[in-house]
Amino acid sequence: MVQHFQFAVQSTWLFSGESLSSIIALIGVACFVYIMARRLTPLFRGQPDFRFDRPLLRLQGVLKFWLAQWKHPRYRTAGIIHILIFTGFIILAPRAFYLLIAGMSEHSVMPGLSGTASHLYDIVREYAATIVFLCMVTAAIRRLVFKPARYAVPARYGKAHTADAIFLLGLIALLMVADGLFEASQAARHAQRGQAVEFLAVLSLPWVLKSALISAPLSTLWNFQFGAYVLHDLTFFFLLCYRPFGIQFHVETSLFSVFFAKLDRGTLKPVRWGVSDEHLDQVKSFGVKTFEDFTWKHMLDFYSCADCGRCSDNCPANAVGRPLSPRFITIKARDYAFQHYPVLGRHHNGTPLIGSIYSEHEIWSCTTCGACEEECPLLAEYIDKIVDLRRGMIDDGNVPQSLQKPLKALESRGNPYGKMEKKKADWIKAKEFQQTCSVKILDGNNGADTLYFVDSITSYDDRMQAIGRATARILDHVGENFGILGADEKDSGHEVRRFGEEMLFMALRDHNVQAIKASGVQRIVTADPHAYNALKHDYKDVPPVEHISQVIASQVKAGKIKFNPLEDGKNVYTYHDPCYLGRHNQIYDDPRDVLDAIPDLKRVEMKRSRDRSFCCGGGGLMLFYEPKEDQRMGVKRVQMAAEAGANVIVTACPFCMVNIEDAIKVAGMEGKMTAIDMAELVDQQLVREIPQSV
Amino acid sequence: MEILVCARRVPDTSENEIELNPAGNDIERDDLVYSINEWDNYAVEEALQIVAKVGGNVTVVTVGGEDDEEILRREMAMGANHGVLISDDAFSGSDGRGIASILAAYVKTGKYDLILTGVQAEDGGAQVGGMLAAMLDYPFASLVNSIEVRSDRKLKISREIEGGNKEINEIDLPCVLSIQTGINEPRYVGMRGIRQVASVPIPTFGAADLGVAAAAVGKGAAKVKRVDYFVPVQGKGARILKGSQEEIIDELLELVKAKGGLN
Repeated sequence: MVQHFQFAVQSTWLFSGESLSSIIALIGVACFVYIMARRLTPLFRGQPDFRFDRPLLRLQGVLKFWLAQWKHPRYRTAGIIHILIFTGFIILAPRAFYLLIAGMSEHSVMPGLSGTASHLYDIVREYAATIVFLCMVTAAIRRLVFKPARYAVPARYGKAHTADAIFLLGLIALLMVADGLFEASQAARHAQRGQAVEFLAVLSLPWVLKSALISAPLSTLWNFQFGAYVLHDLTFFFLLCYRPFGIQFHVETSLFSVFFAKLDRGTLKPVRWGVSDEHLDQVKSFGVKTFEDFTWKHMLDFYSCADCGRCSDNCPANAVGRPLSPRFITIKARDYAFQHYPVLGRHHNGTPLIGSIYSEHEIWSCTTCGACEEECPLLAEYIDKIVDLRRGMIDDGNVPQSLQKPLKALESRGNPYGKMEKKKADWIKAKEFQQTCSVKILDGNNGADTLYFVDSITSYDDRMQAIGRATARILDHVGENFGILGADEKDSGHEVRRFGEEMLFMALRDHNVQAIKASGVQRIVTADPHAYNALKHDYKDVPPVEHISQVIASQVKAGKIKFNPLEDGKNVYTYHDPCYLGRHNQIYDDPRDVLDAIPDLKRVEMKRSRDRSFCCGGGGLMLFYEPKEDQRMGVKRVQMAAEAGANVIVTACPFCMVNIEDAIKVAGMEGKMTAIDMAELVDQQLVREIPQSV
Repeated sequence: MEILVCARRVPDTSENEIELNPAGNDIERDDLVYSINEWDNYAVEEALQIVAKVGGNVTVVTVGGEDDEEILRREMAMGANHGVLISDDAFSGSDGRGIASILAAYVKTGKYDLILTGVQAEDGGAQVGGMLAAMLDYPFASLVNSIEVRSDRKLKISREIEGGNKEINEIDLPCVLSIQTGINEPRYVGMRGIRQVASVPIPTFGAADLGVAAAAVGKGAAKVKRVDYFVPVQGKGARILKGSQEEIIDELLELVKAKGGLN
């Protein structure tokens, strides 16, 4: 292969080929290093983020999400195109480096390859380059002709990104063509001079070009070969230095983004990494107010975004016209970073983000459903950023009036409704319920193995109390020795924390942890996925917690729960995955197993189910927030159920119940669609053995 | 501008179920939660916004006991520079006039350009603002829903009048204004903010500090006395709907439809 580059030395050009390529390479590398140093500046000014733990698990993530491109096939066409390009790049990377080095020195040899292996590699990479080239053409056609909706840029976010995308695709295509042309002209030249001709893979780019050039004059071929080499060199280094200016930067950063990705689902980042709860008072400012308040990893996410639009395509807030699009949370932050930390000139920082690049409503619009994070091929985090921005707004007192009342009530009464603590256990006092099931209050006089953590909405909301009673009857039925905390149970604080009010959350958590410990229970059960997530991930040192669907599923398997067949033969059921049960905690199968265990229950899946479930509108404080939107998320969800052919929506979350029942009314589908909680359905279908009289 | 906001701690109507005590002369006060009177909170926010524009200090004052410090701290967490507690056994049982005279005595100890009160207290009668102005011989405007500071020691204010209309006035400083809700959007006070001012000392003034004659205020001097609370009796044609929320709503809808209120 060394011979391929003999021409460089023989060159009669002004510069010798060798020194020309050395100069290009030197300038290219110097520029790249400088640009990278500038790009890294904000990361060093960002907040700490502990991302060096569990290296093996992180490596596993790299293999799965980076090398194996795990998330990509979720969007079939674009995913396959990307996998092909990515694989092509991986195959071509050694060749590119080789070409660069070989161009500078006539004695360098592709390391580790010789003879057959080298030939084999050549064939593979020739096809790889050809496929990458064809992918560029396909991608360009998609962008220009088919225009997938998710690439569109709404007017409020600026101009379309099409021109940038086409330019980038063009550059890569050019790189492939230059490489092919170099080989083709060389092979044609050798053929004309009767020298040994390199084997070119049939139908590959160099093969096609060679066929076209085979009869060209020798001098033209010589110029072609030299020109192609220089073009390849220039394009390569231009691309290298151009990448840190846009979405193409992910070529460099994605590996790191994936390696440093968040490992724990359902959790939230602390206010400040490395600062314990006790020392939080010493932190001068909470949350993200200026760009430098983001952690370095979150800044890296901004750099890594490939603008694929999958996050916003799945975002329920975006779908109903709320002023939030996760894609632009990132794009706007990246534009900010590029503008305020320019490659040339001084950086200037410290502008408040809210009011400049983000609006209050944009940040409050998020239900933290996690659809965007689930979809992102690069595992970018959104919830932590949104919550950090909310922490900043809470710290500045910038909170919508609609949220201030419930927050104040949570502070003074421990629930967002401002209801009296002593009425927290009123739901167990319903006459008919009390006759069949008595629930202990674990106030020191009673003990139990299991705590049923009810949480605010199920305790106080007339409709949701039915879910509480169904849950209690199920626990009673399976012989669980359980009780509730009653007046001593405060709101789990799950949404309080996700709305950015960390200190209030801590107060609620500390109170509950103490009450739970004092009750002496061995485990906790809840029917509220938000409480479940809080107890599981936000609380420390509490007994293990289970969602009622897990309890029921295991009891069904153990044969302790049996169901009467459904008698409503015409009904078709569908299961709606609550975000905090599904995506955040990966409980997809237990609720479905339970439903499928009910004889004669006909169940269909909605198009958006399991990890692509569509948020019903959000829970907790989100019920108080008055969003700007064209439509309710719940209405969209109810329509999805109807499209799937269902007329009963089963869910396993009281907030889903509120949103879906409201949505059925708003959509005018009363009588055509109903909603039922899984616990209610189970309670209704339970085979209750008649107690044997002694 | 030096601004004094007179504030008061009241049972929070949105977080309590107000019931009469068996004697019928007061509400049940066990298990109540308190907060700052809503109107006063708007007044503090307005004061903070004025000071942010033209400079100065905001002092929040309340007449009450130790428990009332809570609202002073909340307003300080909001951004008020000082909190002042006026507390004396002699003050307990004061009527509106008594409270106004105590506040007037406090105003005279400092140099305040502008004194704000809420239009009314959730458990009060909208008396103090006007009386305070009269006692100080300051101009007074009630139901103020916007304030603009002019350069010539005057304010341009608007007042809410019938039918949601506005009346624009000019008023000389110093003056007393009673602030209507909706004048602004009060900022949120988080737990963190309250913790940060938890140890800031709050000066307390008694009757002697202010030169208030104990006999002129308090229960003994009150000329308005609360004699009774009562729950309105069910009038002719009135009906209290009973049942679950759903049932009540359904029945209400039926009733409205039946009377031709809904087509």
